[in-house]
Amino acid sequence: MIGFISYLVNGISLGSVYAIIALGYTMVYGIAKMLNFAHGDVIMIGAFVVFSTVSGAGLPPVVGVLISVVACTLLGMAIERIAYKPLRKASKLAVLITAIGVSYFLQNVALLIYGANTKSFTSVVSIEPITLADGAMVISGETIVTVIACIIIMIGLMTFMKYSKAGRAMLAVSEDSGAAQLMGVNVNSTIAMTFAIGSALAAIAGVLLCSSYPSLTPYTGSMPGIKAFVAAVFGGIGSIPGAFIGGILLGVIEILGKAYISSQLADAIVFAVLIIVLLVKPTGLLGKQIQEKV
Amino acid sequence: MKTRNLSKLTKSNFITYGIVIAAYIIVEIFLRAGMVSSLLEGLLVPLCMYVILAVSLNLTVGISGELSLGHAGFMCVGAFSSAIFSKCMETVLPVAGIRFFLAILIGTAFAALFGVLIGIPVLRLKGDYLAIVTLAFGEIIKNVVNVVFLGRDSRGFHISTKDSISLGLEKGGEVIIKGPQGITGTPKDSTFLIGVILILITLFVVINLINSRTGRAIMAIRDNRIAAESVGISVTKYKLLAFSVSAALAGTAGVLYAHNLSTLTALPKNFGYNMSITILVFVVLGGIGNIRGSVIAAVVLTLLPELLRSLNDYRMLIYAIILIVTMIFTSSPGGREIQERIKLFFKKKKTKEA
Repeated sequence: MIGFISYLVNGISLGSVYAIIALGYTMVYGIAKMLNFAHGDVIMIGAFVVFSTVSGAGLPPVVGVLISVVACTLLGMAIERIAYKPLRKASKLAVLITAIGVSYFLQNVALLIYGANTKSFTSVVSIEPITLADGAMVISGETIVTVIACIIIMIGLMTFMKYSKAGRAMLAVSEDSGAAQLMGVNVNSTIAMTFAIGSALAAIAGVLLCSSYPSLTPYTGSMPGIKAFVAAVFGGIGSIPGAFIGGILLGVIEILGKAYISSQLADAIVFAVLIIVLLVKPTGLLGKQIQEKV
Repeated sequence: MKTRNLSKLTKSNFITYGIVIAAYIIVEIFLRAGMVSSLLEGLLVPLCMYVILAVSLNLTVGISGELSLGHAGFMCVGAFSSAIFSKCMETVLPVAGIRFFLAILIGTAFAALFGVLIGIPVLRLKGDYLAIVTLAFGEIIKNVVNVVFLGRDSRGFHISTKDSISLGLEKGGEVIIKGPQGITGTPKDSTFLIGVILILITLFVVINLINSRTGRAIMAIRDNRIAAESVGISVTKYKLLAFSVSAALAGTAGVLYAHNLSTLTALPKNFGYNMSITILVFVVLGGIGNIRGSVIAAVVLTLLPELLRSLNDYRMLIYAIILIVTMIFTSSPGGREIQERIKLFFKKKKTKEA
């Protein structure tokens, strides 16, 4: 039983990381209607920036994370401006291929700077682990920070969407960008801001992911990126609570699958659950609530 | 008017076949003359494989209009089913030609079967949902192949998901699939000639399908589903047909791949979603729905990283930049304007000369 609970906690921890990535994914998808394949690689860049500043330059972790968030925000906006903005009216496939190109580009830039060897990432979290049930169950500091960060981000985003002018502009653009423009919403800057927020979240997710799973390569981001997209679809793409629930569920399913069924089949189980959910409910778990589309 | 259009179409198709045959003859001459580096020589069969994959994916993406990101999964099915067959039959059927012919049929048939099985549920979804589910199926196939152990002895086949010992083989039995280690010792039956023949067959199948009544029905569904349905076209039937033919041809490419290597393993590199994406890049850059474009793009984009090899670490970076720039150039309003200007420039030149 203790074993099950600790797997569950690990699952929620991993799921929180997926949820943070999925939140960024779902926002970008909602507003730009594109599969941003480069999102996962922004995660990787975020982790590498922290690796350079904290392990390399010896800055305090908080400063490193802040630099990483700023760097990724700028990166996200630059990607949007250079690669996606010219293609705003182009076919979906053209944008998808461009996103793939950006993904290759980021991976290879990281490869050139850091090489292909796996870097061991030093955790940025310095909270003592909590020991429960006479040492039978240990909750690491990373887990606590990840889960709390995820909840704060989700609540923050929902508040931002609901009450701020910029957030409501995002909702309006995702609903109907033409109509939003007629109502005086600056569509271009709204889309740029969505990318900025999504990339900032990706940076945080990258740091948290590598703090819990400390191996870092230029390809670290691509699989979590895909999984987070799966999580976003799972919960109903475009929906913020959906991305949160989808992420947590995905993390729990993956860890429990690894623990009880087969460690090699964990990914297959995750994808199988996605397929079943989509076949039963083609718009995802919370896909119906179009009002909450971002 | 109608006959003229038709002959134009036939002409265009013959140009496509001609390009492939001419390319084969030229390469063969260079091979005979010993002017091809061993690196390039090793690339010939994979090149054929990529062309087949690109043409077959174009059937799904371009003609049927469904974004599929799981093409590598079908290739994986074709590769493994045919490799198992070849390994089992190596002693029974020593004639490589017949054995490989049967292997191709089996690989293709299995991939087609999976295409139908996966297509039935998946094709109910639309757009990006369909893309992500096909991606999921591709990953599942790859993962499942990685945990399967298959052995054979006098009592027949044994399957396990743990390890080769739990197969409980008799003495003299052999392990065919060793889980993550895959299949070793597949006979190397793939040759450049067979690859080119398979390309021609693929082109023949796809081009004839497109220009048939069936193909027009498929394209009608792509262009307007409701309109097509209202004139009595069965949407599910034709979508499934296009999807499974595409899957079957991907399986053929998989057979070619499996019999070109002595060790066949399902890695993220060869059968993961990255492979599906690579093929999708060929299709989009070659022109969606343009079969000849797919052939050319597959060849150029496979050779490009090799030609850039002298740039070492920078080659994939340059590949990425070329990809982004091409897409922006061909698809953005700004890029189109530049294209128009270039066209205008050449037109002016022509009129001046005249």
